[in-house]
Amino acid sequence: MTEETALQTAGLGKRYGRAWALRDCTLRLPTGRIAALVGPNGAGKTTLLHLAVGLLRPDEGEVRVFGRDPRAGGQALAEIGFVAQDTPLYRDFSAAELIKLGGKLNRSWDAALAHERLAHIDIPTDRPVGKLSGGQRAQVALALALAKRPRLLLLDEPIASLDPLARHEFMQTLMGAVGETDTTVLLSSHLLADLERACDFLIVLQRAHVQLSGDVDELLAQHRTLIGPRETEAAAVAGTATVIRASRTDRQSTLLVRLPGALPALADGWRAIDVSLEDLVLAYLSVGAQAKTETAGELAAK
Amino acid sequence: MIEFVLDSRSKVATYMQLILQVKQALRVGLLRPGDQLPGVRDVAQHLAINPNTVLKAYRELRLEGLTEGRPGGGTFLVGTLAGPSLGHQAQLRDELVDWLGRARTAGLAREDITALIDTTVRSMFDSPAAEGVVVSKEASSP
Repeated sequence: MTEETALQTAGLGKRYGRAWALRDCTLRLPTGRIAALVGPNGAGKTTLLHLAVGLLRPDEGEVRVFGRDPRAGGQALAEIGFVAQDTPLYRDFSAAELIKLGGKLNRSWDAALAHERLAHIDIPTDRPVGKLSGGQRAQVALALALAKRPRLLLLDEPIASLDPLARHEFMQTLMGAVGETDTTVLLSSHLLADLERACDFLIVLQRAHVQLSGDVDELLAQHRTLIGPRETEAAAVAGTATVIRASRTDRQSTLLVRLPGALPALADGWRAIDVSLEDLVLAYLSVGAQAKTETAGELAAK
Repeated sequence: MIEFVLDSRSKVATYMQLILQVKQALRVGLLRPGDQLPGVRDVAQHLAINPNTVLKAYRELRLEGLTEGRPGGGTFLVGTLAGPSLGHQAQLRDELVDWLGRARTAGLAREDITALIDTTVRSMFDSPAAEGVVVSKEASSP
């Protein structure tokens, strides 16, 4: 697999009035990946996606999709597919009409593919999409985005409002489509559980900043939870690991750490356990609130 | 053709679960040499998992000599798991039973023993150098 770059940002920032919705955002998403963009509501996920499709103009820094500025239009936009939050569609139009419309609005358009996909999952293309279920509407939006044959597909909370079955079906269609086209995917969500098996790249956003980004397997390999006696904590982590999140009782320290390399030999009484993707995301999301947690821990110790 | 199933409670990595299921199917005869594995896209869609995960599992199976790709597409089983490894198994098991007895005599409780085995297995298989040794050994066995 070549490690070409699908999406790259450098010092990217966007401000609404005096508040920064996204700041100092520097990341690189290689091609062929399925990336999860996670973070609480208001963290800047939608802003980042809108910057990537050129719907917003950066106030700082730059964003490139396959090396091009998405606001330049033309070829840059032809390579991007985007499904906005709540999958907005013209509700009085049928799927067949929307597919026809898409054909008029896009340079390259595979209408047959869209029809085929929708037929495959038994979605009526002759009824107004407003009359379809939420899950079916999401499938129509996905089929439209895929008809463009994008090299980068961005999806903003595509499954958040769907019931569990519709979510699963949506992810099935998406994974099947990626399997035959090797499209790079970036999808935002606050539901990590649904993404755990689908994504191999992770971007964690919080309070307008990127807290963590990288290959999922590498990130999991780089982190451990260390548990041991509090009095030897300094010796246990000294010079070997960066503490991401710590909680302490009077005797015990529990540290989620980032290791620079292989796990070093542990001091007496210490053990290391693997982290899950969820542990990792939660730890990095709590980084902002860590000062408070530590104080609470200190108080408990006294 | 087999249908892949994932154990959602298992901590085993998804690609490894796929590999283990193929091996298990070979052992019990659900799969035989010459059989075809489901296509990458179909597995990804059926399980709603990343196609790269399926590719990774199929690549490992190929490296272990269990499968091969054929021109025109498709992954087919060529190897079999029964045979040489089974012959050694009885002896290895006896040695393990012996070792476990000694560990117990030394005062280790069940959890201590499990933890010790677990960490040793990890340090052996997780370090890149050790992994190379193990893989080549497997590959060279008839």
